[in-house]
Amino acid sequence: MRTKDLSYWLFLAPVLLALGLVVVVPMVLGLFYSFTAWNGIQTGEFVGFQNYINLFTDERFLDSLWFTTKFSVVSVILINFIGLSLALIVTSKIKTSSLLRTTFFMPNLIGGLILGFIWQFIFLKVFASVGEAVGMESLQAWLSTTETGFWGLVILMSWQMAGYIMVIYIAYLEGLPKELIEAAEIDGASTPQRFRYIIFPLVAPAFTVSMFLTLSNTFKLYDQNLSLTAGGPYNSTEMVAMEIFKTAFVQNAFAYAQAKAIIFFLIVAVISLVQVYINKRREVEM
Amino acid sequence: MRNRWNIKVEVLGIALAILWLLPFYLMFVNSFKSKKEIFLDTTSPPESWSFDNYITAFQELDFLRTLFNSLLITVISVVLIVLFSAMAAYALSRAKSKMSTFLFFLFVSAMLIPFQSVMIPLVTVFGQFDMLNRGGLIFMYIGFGASLSIFLYHGALNNVPKSLDEAAKIDGANRWQVFWHIIFPILKPITVTVAILNIIWIWNDYLLPSLVINTTGSETIPLKMFFFFGEYTKQWHLALAGLTLAIIPVIIFYFFAQRSIIKGVSDGAVK
Repeated sequence: MRTKDLSYWLFLAPVLLALGLVVVVPMVLGLFYSFTAWNGIQTGEFVGFQNYINLFTDERFLDSLWFTTKFSVVSVILINFIGLSLALIVTSKIKTSSLLRTTFFMPNLIGGLILGFIWQFIFLKVFASVGEAVGMESLQAWLSTTETGFWGLVILMSWQMAGYIMVIYIAYLEGLPKELIEAAEIDGASTPQRFRYIIFPLVAPAFTVSMFLTLSNTFKLYDQNLSLTAGGPYNSTEMVAMEIFKTAFVQNAFAYAQAKAIIFFLIVAVISLVQVYINKRREVEM
Repeated sequence: MRNRWNIKVEVLGIALAILWLLPFYLMFVNSFKSKKEIFLDTTSPPESWSFDNYITAFQELDFLRTLFNSLLITVISVVLIVLFSAMAAYALSRAKSKMSTFLFFLFVSAMLIPFQSVMIPLVTVFGQFDMLNRGGLIFMYIGFGASLSIFLYHGALNNVPKSLDEAAKIDGANRWQVFWHIIFPILKPITVTVAILNIIWIWNDYLLPSLVINTTGSETIPLKMFFFFGEYTKQWHLALAGLTLAIIPVIIFYFFAQRSIIKGVSDGAVK
């Protein structure tokens, strides 16, 4: 098959059409609109960088960006720590290994919206009744403060995503050549040494993959945010994705929301490109 | 020594698994209670296993129709994504040229774009062309799902030798026949991966359908669940019965396909 063949273009036509109309055209239009006073119907006048300039003094947007960053950093660390621990547990010589894998992975199959609702019940009702029974004041009124909303989201995401990250670590752990580890054992390497000099370097690519998967997933979070806290109290647990949505569809500030969306895209793109760069560099080294 | 260590690890693992299932247990036992019972106690099993909450939730969710809507959208979208992405990846992997490299790069870079960045123009443009309906939704899923699917198929196709194409061609088959009769069947393992990743995503997706299909009667499970939950937020007994109903289809799917699901998710992430 060659590029000038008709068949080449026929094979590509459906996806080119879909990607073009669903991603490329809206992206280009969006970039254009972000420099105008677009209101969803009329393009409005050209305003240059005004929308972008306004962003930097928009406290609600900056707060959501900061909240999202804090949430992502804490979640990434916790999810990876728990995920790796679970992977080490289920790859050791235990009888219930496959049953445990199935269990830990299960939350990933269920939508974030539904999981958020389940946890809302747990934080609001179960925490309160358990707190009352054991006399722990700190279990009362969860999700009604910024802090409990933050940790509520962190707990929900760690519970949901740890099993996903576990699966990735398992793929690398099970790919380790057994002979290598046994040879090191025979040569007298201790357990920490084996971990430090053999297992860790070989599992290192899994860290990069998992870190960035969790980072981009937590940074773009919307469904769980909506169903668990809906951004409350007083928009203090509102993450970027939700902030953009509300700017557009609640306040009807379309052009302004689009400028936020472009900034959001740039941040996510940089995160992903850094990952690609690190992966490539490692491949060269190996 | 080693044995005792393993037993400790096993006990720890089982304890964690119970902790992992606790949210589902709490949802399940409370979904059978009355409003008053939940107020008094949220942790123990219900006094009686009454299905009253489920009957109400089933009717309010219009469950059979909602389930059918979810199935319809997911199945059609996933089938089309699989077919179109495999075709596109085949063309890109067999015609090595600057054009193919550019198009592949275009598809891969589209993966960097978060949904929120195109959401607003997408909805307004499709709205102007009266495409905010199920057909439009499926079309959008193809556009958003194609990138990762093409990427996975492209990787797999690089391991399918071109001599296979040539041999079939000498036997008189045309491009179309070569692809569907020889190549596509060989790609079955990656097709399973692509299908599973897209099923999980589309089945659970909330934001896109909430913007695109807003007519009563065409809602998918997450969409209907959102409205239902909003209405019954102070009535946890009904809300929990609804949530349990919404999860049952996923648990059934997981029960029958767990091996392929875990493998698919792992392949999709690692590649």
